[in-house]
Amino acid sequence: MKIRTVNYMLRQGITGLWRNKNMSLASIGSVAAALVILGLVIILVLNINNVADLAQMQFDTIQVYLKEDISQGQIAEIGDSILRINDVSNIEFESKEQALLNMKERWGDKGYLLDTLEENPLPNSYIIYLNSLDRADFVVVELSKIDGIDEIKYYKEIIDNMLRIASFIRTIGLALIMILVLIAMFIISNTIKLALNARKQEINIMKYVGATNWFIRWPFILEGVVLGLLGAVIALAITYYGYSYAYNAIARKFTVVFSAYLMPVSEMMNTTVVMFAVLGSGVGAIGSIVSLRKHLKV
Amino acid sequence: MIEMINVSKAYPKGVQALTNINFKIEKGDFVFLVGPSGAGKSTFLKLLLKEEDPTTGTIYVGDKDVTKLSNRKIPYLRRTIGVVFQDFRLLPNKTVFENVAFAMEIIEASSKEIRRQVPMILGMVGLSDRASQYPHQLSGGERQRVSIARAIVNNPAVLIADEPTGNLDPDTAWEIMKVLRQINRRGTTVLMATHAKDIVDIMQQRVIALEKGRVVRDQQRGAYGYED
Ligand SMILES: Nc1ncnc2c1ncn2[C@@H]1O[C@H](COP(=O)(O)OP(=O)(O)O)[C@@H](O)[C@H]1O
Ligand SMILES: [Mg+2]
Repeated sequence: MKIRTVNYMLRQGITGLWRNKNMSLASIGSVAAALVILGLVIILVLNINNVADLAQMQFDTIQVYLKEDISQGQIAEIGDSILRINDVSNIEFESKEQALLNMKERWGDKGYLLDTLEENPLPNSYIIYLNSLDRADFVVVELSKIDGIDEIKYYKEIIDNMLRIASFIRTIGLALIMILVLIAMFIISNTIKLALNARKQEINIMKYVGATNWFIRWPFILEGVVLGLLGAVIALAITYYGYSYAYNAIARKFTVVFSAYLMPVSEMMNTTVVMFAVLGSGVGAIGSIVSLRKHLKV
Repeated sequence: MIEMINVSKAYPKGVQALTNINFKIEKGDFVFLVGPSGAGKSTFLKLLLKEEDPTTGTIYVGDKDVTKLSNRKIPYLRRTIGVVFQDFRLLPNKTVFENVAFAMEIIEASSKEIRRQVPMILGMVGLSDRASQYPHQLSGGERQRVSIARAIVNNPAVLIADEPTGNLDPDTAWEIMKVLRQINRRGTTVLMATHAKDIVDIMQQRVIALEKGRVVRDQQRGAYGYED
């Protein structure tokens, strides 16, 4: 195809956009809406997965709190019982005094607050390292059979819950996006139908002088693609500013530590830019092709 | 050049538009297609352009069997056939020059070719001084000449005209006939469907007469042949 032809087609496509401003705006808006929802789903799902991943790395141990009123002998016996469980690779004892010291350290300059405690409320505990985190459920069942254990601290359930929520959001979100994408395609295909009507006479002449089908179709496909891309640009702007705002707000409110669990804004945008561009132009192109198939007899 | 062999055409709702048509037109011929309204003249021309497909029969344009042509090849068939209609079909928001150039643009001619070819063709149809005017500024005869210029600007081997003088007064109609005759003298095959008895009688060219979808007469140097 010649450069001049490409120019001609782009010009035709853009002229088409202007001719039906209202429909063009509706098309752009519908694409933007679908992609903003997609952006929201991506943000939620990626972040939850991210938190779950990080949590998994930090909490790949099981901690058991021991009952208050047991002797040193019993504590050692419990340790032996734990070690006898398959899949336990190692254990580490943390006395209640040590636990308090650790907590003081974690609290940093607010650690003095703990000095006012009359009595150490923290229990003795064992930290249990597993051969494989997959075996955690089995190990927990075995641990519950041992006397002298007060509580089993086990984070797999929380992580599993987070992953379940992420997958739920993904399913619902994708269904919603599918519906919105279909609506966007429908609106775009109607916009293209109007564009076809406006150029009916021209198309008729083009056919008689021997324009190829693709020569006739391209301007309309480009028109659809431009509509989709404009929608994508708007969605990208909304997603970018929305996420930056939320990210900063979270960082400010919940200390910087929490925002370390969030996907950085730039990384999030890298994921979405290409996806939005491809989806936006794809929805536009398909919308107009549907319309051309229906309304353009060649 | 153009040939139909046992061609019949029935439209979907059972209208038998053409029945068992056989004829042959040589390169450079000037042929009138006559007959009353509804006789099947337009259908006949549409078959040549592959706007419609025949129900049965074989059609040759050039050396190609049109009935076997794939959809993708239709545009290239149409580039070998110029078409002129009764209602001109000019684009109102384009100038005379642009209307003619449009036919070249869409087959991706270079702008150099367009700048050379369009004025030459406008000169041929006598519209050199009208190039920058819009269709609404022209008379009916001038508009039809623009549409003829557009039909021949890509040098088709065949020019098809479906009642090209139907909307014009007799004097203007003769101007158009002169232009068509001149184009024919340059070697283009011309096939013209018409009602205009006096034109056919005076021109003394080959006449194919259709009636109710059948060829009832095919005569070299013929007359219209109806006393209506
Ligand atoms: N697209 C169509 N569908 C159905 N019938 C048609 C169609 N076009 C033409 N006809 C019928 O075919 C017959 C021939 O029409 P046409 O070729 O237009 O004749 P003419 O050009 O000689 O007036 C007429 O009876 C007409 O009503
Ligand atoms: Mg007719």
